[in-house]
Amino acid sequence: MTGRDPLYLETYEGSQEMATRGDTPADELGREVGSVLRLPESGAAPADMDVERPDDETMIINMGPQHPSTHGVLRLMMELDGETVLRTKPVIGYLHTGMEKTAEELTYQQGSTNVTRMDYLSPLNNELVFSLATEKLLGVELPPRAVWIRMLLSELQRVSSHLMWLATNGMDVGSTTMMIFGFRERELVLGFFEKVTGLRMNHNFIRPGGTAADLPDGWEDDVEVILDNVTARLDDYDELLTGQPIFRERMEGVGAITGEEALALSATGPILRSTGIAWDLRRAMPYLAYDQVDFDVIVGTYGDNFDRYAIRLNEIRESLRILWQVLEKMPAGDYRVQDKKVTPPPRARIDESMEALIHHFKIFTAGFKVPAGEVYVAVESPRGELGCYLVSDGSAKPFRMHIRAPSFVNLQSLPVMMHGGLVADAVATISSVDPVMGEVDR
Amino acid sequence: MTTESPAQDSAAPDVPGVVRSTSVDGCTLLFPDRDRYHDAVARHREAGFELLSDLTAVDYLGHAARQLPTGVRAERFELVAVLLSLAARSRVRVRVQVPEDDPVVDSLWDLYRGAEAPEREVFDMYGIRFTGHPDLTRILMPEDWEGHPLRKDFGVGRVPVQFKAAPGPR
Repeated sequence: MTGRDPLYLETYEGSQEMATRGDTPADELGREVGSVLRLPESGAAPADMDVERPDDETMIINMGPQHPSTHGVLRLMMELDGETVLRTKPVIGYLHTGMEKTAEELTYQQGSTNVTRMDYLSPLNNELVFSLATEKLLGVELPPRAVWIRMLLSELQRVSSHLMWLATNGMDVGSTTMMIFGFRERELVLGFFEKVTGLRMNHNFIRPGGTAADLPDGWEDDVEVILDNVTARLDDYDELLTGQPIFRERMEGVGAITGEEALALSATGPILRSTGIAWDLRRAMPYLAYDQVDFDVIVGTYGDNFDRYAIRLNEIRESLRILWQVLEKMPAGDYRVQDKKVTPPPRARIDESMEALIHHFKIFTAGFKVPAGEVYVAVESPRGELGCYLVSDGSAKPFRMHIRAPSFVNLQSLPVMMHGGLVADAVATISSVDPVMGEVDR
Repeated sequence: MTTESPAQDSAAPDVPGVVRSTSVDGCTLLFPDRDRYHDAVARHREAGFELLSDLTAVDYLGHAARQLPTGVRAERFELVAVLLSLAARSRVRVRVQVPEDDPVVDSLWDLYRGAEAPEREVFDMYGIRFTGHPDLTRILMPEDWEGHPLRKDFGVGRVPVQFKAAPGPR
């Protein structure tokens, strides 16, 4: 190990001697080098490291943060040996706006406007997890219609988010047709959201205590149109991509990860399921009314990019299945809880009663108080486990609001997937993790 | 062993010397001190809690008298780790009190590789240091940033506005 001469460096303090790499204990060296670029799990044993290898045989390149295929401002430092990627380190924080700090300044009622801007591809899920956490602290029980409206929106959101993923993934591997198709179908869903909530994105529709409004008249027909359209077009995608040799060549066996690695790296969602571990919070720890609908949890086998593609494509089918059941079972009733503490009085009451007016004013200026305590609530967002850790000190503003963002955690598995692959496949692999940078950086 | 509540989750193993309790949402809570934290989590990992689902911290500045089970001394910071057992379909929340004058905790990186990014985030936002973490650097804030933004004594920035009674920038 100590075959080489120590390295001499001339500094302004005089000549300094730097020991050769072999003089550093293997543990320490792994840590030292690993601190520049994170070693992937599979090659993490520092004792296996080739300490004799000179540093200048490999090249470190930066990809991003302005690279168009990194889905936002993600920067990757990659160590390349020729065309092969050895180590990767995601560098994040370019979109950090301190949303968790902002949440401490907003009341619970304003809070959903904040969280909805984190994961901009599935904003309704963010509102959902924040509302569920607040309601758990409040101890209120929702009327069944509110629960089912939330489920309807949450599943439509999953459809639109996965369609968006199919579109951008198609773009990343060179299928412009898929991009146009995906955006076209997503627009159907966003159009429905606009009709229901008033906005295409960042709805602030699911709020603590229920939803902002009831569904508009004739919503069943709109949803049916979406379901029929998307069902038919999913077969088009199958024809366009699933069986297509070029697409399969680019996806199969690329970016593989094992189940143990995924678990160790806390990966959830399609990444964990692609390794064959059937873990879906909708099934394993049901929230809303997911225990009352019929659906399958889609799993893969090899944990490669193609499995993640197939899982997302088929999850759309399962979501459509859930949506048909929601259409059938949607109960009548109130869309928000009639708890005077949380819910503002109806508009008509304000004209009649002074107290109702005062109450309305108090709720919108001071907000409602939430009992002291702390909860962790998790839902299955299209990207994995979306959690909300909420601490209340008894006032009208959260003492601490932490969002466990699936993209943030899932990005850690990227170095493992990229290890040993080609740099040309990096784009496809980044895409298969489906990171949303708004959520990663919060 | 001090037991705050008789509720015992069959999936969660007993760790001697660690205060247990149950939260509002029915989740098992563990309150190990800093010396037993790593050991307590390691035992849970062996017992099937194979996924670290979340790791974060809370700054309880000015809330020293908050409610905690007997035997737990409140400190300024609290580290919260959520462990998940896939087989038992249950979660355990580990809450560790971290004093202000010596904010150092053992890293979970050797147990869960997925602890790397969340621990860096906690370091970035609260200044809690983790011994045994491979790369404890800032993750979200710029590298030359001073202070730890999610601490309660770190002011929120303001945009100056033009009317008389507006509070100045903090």
